[in-house]
Amino acid sequence: MSTGEPAHKLNYDTRWEYSPAPESADHARIDEQYGLFIGGKFVAPKSGEYFNTINPATEKVLSRVAAANADDVNNAVKVARGAYENVWSKMRPAERGKYIFRIARIIQERSREFAIIESLDGGKPIREARDIDVPLAAAHFFYHAGWADKLDYAFPCRSPSPVGVVGQIIPWNFPLLMAAWKIAPALACGNTVVLKPAETTSLTALKLAEVIRDADLPKGVVNIVTGDGSTGSALVQHNDINKIAFTGSTDVGRLIQHSLAGTGKKYTLELGGKAANIIFADAPIDQAVEGIINAIFFNQGHVCCAGSRLLVQESVADQVVTKLKERMQTLIIGDPLDKNTDIGAINSAAQLERINSYLELGQNEGAEMFQCTTKTPDFGFWCPPTLFTQVAQSHSIVREEVFGPVLAIQTFRTVDEAISKANNTQYGLSGGVWTDKGSKIFNVGKNIRAGVIWANTFNKFDPTSPFGGYKESGVGREGGLHGLSAYLNLD
Amino acid sequence: MDKKNQKRTTRNAKQKTASKKAVSTKIKRPAVDTPVEKARLQVNKTYKLYINGKFPRTESARYYNILGADGSMIANMCRASRKDFREAVLAARKAQLSWSNASAYLRGQILYRIAEMLEGRADQFAAELCATGASKSAAAKEVTAAIDCLVYYAGWTDKYQQIFSSVNPVASSHFNFSILEPMGVISVLCAPKSSLLGFISDVAPLIAGGNTLVALASESAPLSAISLAEVLHSSDVPAGVVNILTGYRAELVEQFASHMDVNAVVYNGDDTEEIKLIEEQAAANIKRVIIRRQGAKPGPYQISQAQEVKTTWHPIGN
Repeated sequence: MSTGEPAHKLNYDTRWEYSPAPESADHARIDEQYGLFIGGKFVAPKSGEYFNTINPATEKVLSRVAAANADDVNNAVKVARGAYENVWSKMRPAERGKYIFRIARIIQERSREFAIIESLDGGKPIREARDIDVPLAAAHFFYHAGWADKLDYAFPCRSPSPVGVVGQIIPWNFPLLMAAWKIAPALACGNTVVLKPAETTSLTALKLAEVIRDADLPKGVVNIVTGDGSTGSALVQHNDINKIAFTGSTDVGRLIQHSLAGTGKKYTLELGGKAANIIFADAPIDQAVEGIINAIFFNQGHVCCAGSRLLVQESVADQVVTKLKERMQTLIIGDPLDKNTDIGAINSAAQLERINSYLELGQNEGAEMFQCTTKTPDFGFWCPPTLFTQVAQSHSIVREEVFGPVLAIQTFRTVDEAISKANNTQYGLSGGVWTDKGSKIFNVGKNIRAGVIWANTFNKFDPTSPFGGYKESGVGREGGLHGLSAYLNLD
Repeated sequence: MDKKNQKRTTRNAKQKTASKKAVSTKIKRPAVDTPVEKARLQVNKTYKLYINGKFPRTESARYYNILGADGSMIANMCRASRKDFREAVLAARKAQLSWSNASAYLRGQILYRIAEMLEGRADQFAAELCATGASKSAAAKEVTAAIDCLVYYAGWTDKYQQIFSSVNPVASSHFNFSILEPMGVISVLCAPKSSLLGFISDVAPLIAGGNTLVALASESAPLSAISLAEVLHSSDVPAGVVNILTGYRAELVEQFASHMDVNAVVYNGDDTEEIKLIEEQAAANIKRVIIRRQGAKPGPYQISQAQEVKTTWHPIGN
């Protein structure tokens, strides 16, 4: 084992300090209160109840959002069914596509507003919201719009037809992107939608409802019901839903799969992950260090496909860990609206508590913790980027999804050991491989049981690229040609 | 037992004229009017399970009877236990990596080899089908259809990937492609009435796609499936790739759906109660549930439905 200073030290140590560069939030329009978006307009919930949505970076209330109960969900499903039967399923596919193109364009036009609200409501750095979430959301609509009148070419010798009314439940880590990711293919395939955003991040979905209204999408084709888990549960259990698309935790996914048993409803599940990011000794180490940072600290680690396990070849382990710690110290943590910010706020108090319990557990189980020493703001929910060394395969921080900026580092000697450690998990969503040797990429990539393999890169997404897990990371794919079948009946 | 045997022999004698052209050594039994000094007692086959390339009896040592169309006893079948199933899953898991990594060309040749071996034993399979009630012409037709089905999927092994994989034009500077990979270990509940053709239609597309499996043969018509194990055994199908159990569906169906090291369960049939049970149990490990209704059309989609999609990204640059 090599020890001491790495041969080539990246020099992050400059005399320059970043000045604050906050994005002005006054361009974003947030109403004081939002109803449910049903039948093309915002309506008051039958439940009569609203809940606060806060900015996790300041804990200040941003708006009040309707809490839909089973009656509200029923109403939304009825409206969606009507829109399906009377309008959307009868429309010429090319026209359907044109509506979806319109949505894509309006999102692009209002991109700044979306980026700001996404950052305010969810805590993610504006740089990520601006450069990733919002453009990708528009791209998802643009890509799928074109499929609307071309579906026959996607499935040779079969006749695709829409599923009907689909219920979609999305998480809080990429609120707008997940909404786009779900709604766009559903519409392109001729279905109507009832979407439930996550409780803590409803605002951009409601702003998307405005876009949908402004695009003159026929009333009732997309309906958005906000609320907590009980709203989602009402949607899953509604008799007149033909398909459920869920992104969230494996535990909830399991419950949904169980409760859909025997109903004949289709489902796709995008669930948790515990991806191994494998660094071989022959990798370009400095690039790999950047890759590790992106893999685990992107979006505060609130990413189901995050590279939360680092497997590093023993001969370069010390070098990689040293460089990684140095690089972590340069990460800028704080105001999500600041354009220099790398690490924003943890999405909610509940999530922060969960992450902190893993930090404690990790140490109690005997691992060694390292955290960025950067000071975090006094208000809001914050977790400094964290890594654990001296971890064993049996440790909770290796086996369980933390969903935060927490990296568990293990070492290996041989390729086979790396593969076997990478696969030693019930999850199978993604995996990373870093090496300059092409044949090794194909070998390792082939043998990792996961739906997405990033080789010499990590956390890349595109609407043309199918995404989804093996094993307990989910069922089905979203995006690309392969994602279409989830929203079609194929005879 | 003696009494029973006697009854069987008598009944067989009555039947003799009707089925005198039956070829199988198993089914044809000596007629009672053969002079004793010339009589030769037929050697009957013991039907066993097929696990890990071997033919064990059920560890439970239990049995159940398979009756012919006329009610006569044809065989004591193994009534497999949950433990037999677990053993079979172990074998299928052990065989999974090498079978899924076998080249498409090799898998194609092995499927074709199964067809060759079956062709050579067509008469035996036809006789078995006749014994359980099929007419002679229907039996012959089923056997040839089964052989042709194997040849059909043998030809698909190196083609489905080209049809279902894709290069994805991502907007960033990356090369991005999606390919199919087998789901892994699959438990298969064969259709209640499926015999030879049904069994092969259930199983061939799964192994063509690199999966390994444990199949529960039709409870009432398991003969062909178990005899097919002998064909598989002599066709270079590696041990553990196909494992076949016989037994009571009701006492095994839950295990087939709930086992934590099974990646997918394929259900052939349309019993809504069973489907519900299977789907509930499958949730334990987010198992994929593939429901095949009767009369599903053969084709590459039968292969792709038991495949995962894997997408790989790599930067383009210097």
